[in-house]
Amino acid sequence: MFKMMGNIFKNLVSKPATRLYPFEKREPFKNTRGQIAGCDIDKCIFCGICQRKCPADAIVVNKEEKSWEIDQFRCVICNACVEACPKKCIISSETHKTPQYKKDKLKIVQTEKITESTGKITT
Amino acid sequence: MSSTIIPFGPQHPVLPEPLHIRLVMEDEKIVEAIPAIGYVHRGLEKLTETKDFTQNVYIVERVCGICSVMHAMAYCQGIEELMNIVVPDRAKFLRVIWAELHRIHSHLLWLGLLADAFGFESLFMQVWRDREKVMDIMEETAGARVVISANAIGGTRRDLSKEQMVKINLTIDEIKHDLEQVESVFLNNYTVKHRLVGRGILTKADAIELCAVGPMARASGISMDLRTTGYSAYGQLDFEPVLHNDGDNYARTYVRLKEIYQSIDLIKQAISKIPEGEHLVPVKGMPPKGEVISRVEQPRGEVLYYLRANGTKNLERLRLRTPTFANIPSLMKMLPGSQLSDVPLLILTIDPCISCTER
Repeated sequence: MFKMMGNIFKNLVSKPATRLYPFEKREPFKNTRGQIAGCDIDKCIFCGICQRKCPADAIVVNKEEKSWEIDQFRCVICNACVEACPKKCIISSETHKTPQYKKDKLKIVQTEKITESTGKITT
Repeated sequence: MSSTIIPFGPQHPVLPEPLHIRLVMEDEKIVEAIPAIGYVHRGLEKLTETKDFTQNVYIVERVCGICSVMHAMAYCQGIEELMNIVVPDRAKFLRVIWAELHRIHSHLLWLGLLADAFGFESLFMQVWRDREKVMDIMEETAGARVVISANAIGGTRRDLSKEQMVKINLTIDEIKHDLEQVESVFLNNYTVKHRLVGRGILTKADAIELCAVGPMARASGISMDLRTTGYSAYGQLDFEPVLHNDGDNYARTYVRLKEIYQSIDLIKQAISKIPEGEHLVPVKGMPPKGEVISRVEQPRGEVLYYLRANGTKNLERLRLRTPTFANIPSLMKMLPGSQLSDVPLLILTIDPCISCTER
């Protein structure tokens, strides 16, 4: 009958197992797959491997526009793109995405830049 | 006596997932039960035909949240057999460690749900508090809590460091200690036993005839555990299937409870025996034309994967049979003759995973 008594007394004097969430947040673990936060667009070569590897079809790479676009609400955060990227330019963040009012896509476009040595416009 | 039909589900407080059963009643007694599934069909088998065979690992993991590692493991083992890939030994042990961690969290979840089903809320919280420790290990080692995506074709995607293994060892010791405190409540408490002992008896003959799998079969005295066939690294570990002969709710609780201890022991063995080396070998080419059947023991029983490749990057057919699907006939055998108030508990003791069953 009194099998739980020991546990009950232990629980009375111990700290609660839960956190008061909005006020007290747990630090995410190192190397947790929180979200795909974006892409280091200057390093990107627009090869489109991430787009082909993505199991959720969340990434769209456009070579003409020089743009990289992710639908973070479609993404299943498997990090297959991060592993497949030959330039390692996709940024994986440890923090989770917060709720949003709109399901906006994250689009990053490479702007033209001038290389210092030749003065030529490259993209 | 005239009979009444009571629809049970698809929405019911005890069921996290939609399972519909039409119960033909005479007074409080059930005379017939007619199941109906099909409320959460997602078409994942069809989806796998349109995707690359490497992408399918992420899809089959999403068949079931609770046993995602084992689904990916079964699929990867099938493809590896088809492509003649030799998986490194370290990857096999890593797969076993993650799979057994998943078994622990699945059984703890089930024990909590059982306690909740007979109204023992505080016991439910005790058990789920320990489950949270396993989820934290998952997040720390594999990067996610539930669908951990640890498996890849040719090995595992991540490796475990020495410190992480020490931490896993310490945490499962804690879980073992905590579980020993609540074990006697599940097995010896008067009120709990009143709801479990002698209810929903599945005899050994019935279990064999209806092809029960997993803890259902083992609780009816059938020594059937796919891990004893020695797939992955299980052949190098020492264990015996947990058995009970009664075949009632109590036996099923007993088997699942003792399997947590068994999993803890298996993880400890795997950590002590794990060899050094690579954890992933690169995969080249496409799966050649052919077909393969791959089987793995999940927390709920045996899962069966049938894969047919045609030499391209897409699979021609992927078919999977989940343990819950195999256990539903046994449930239909158990229901007639029992009381209406026992129905939620009887459904729960087969550990149903409906979205697994419907895919």
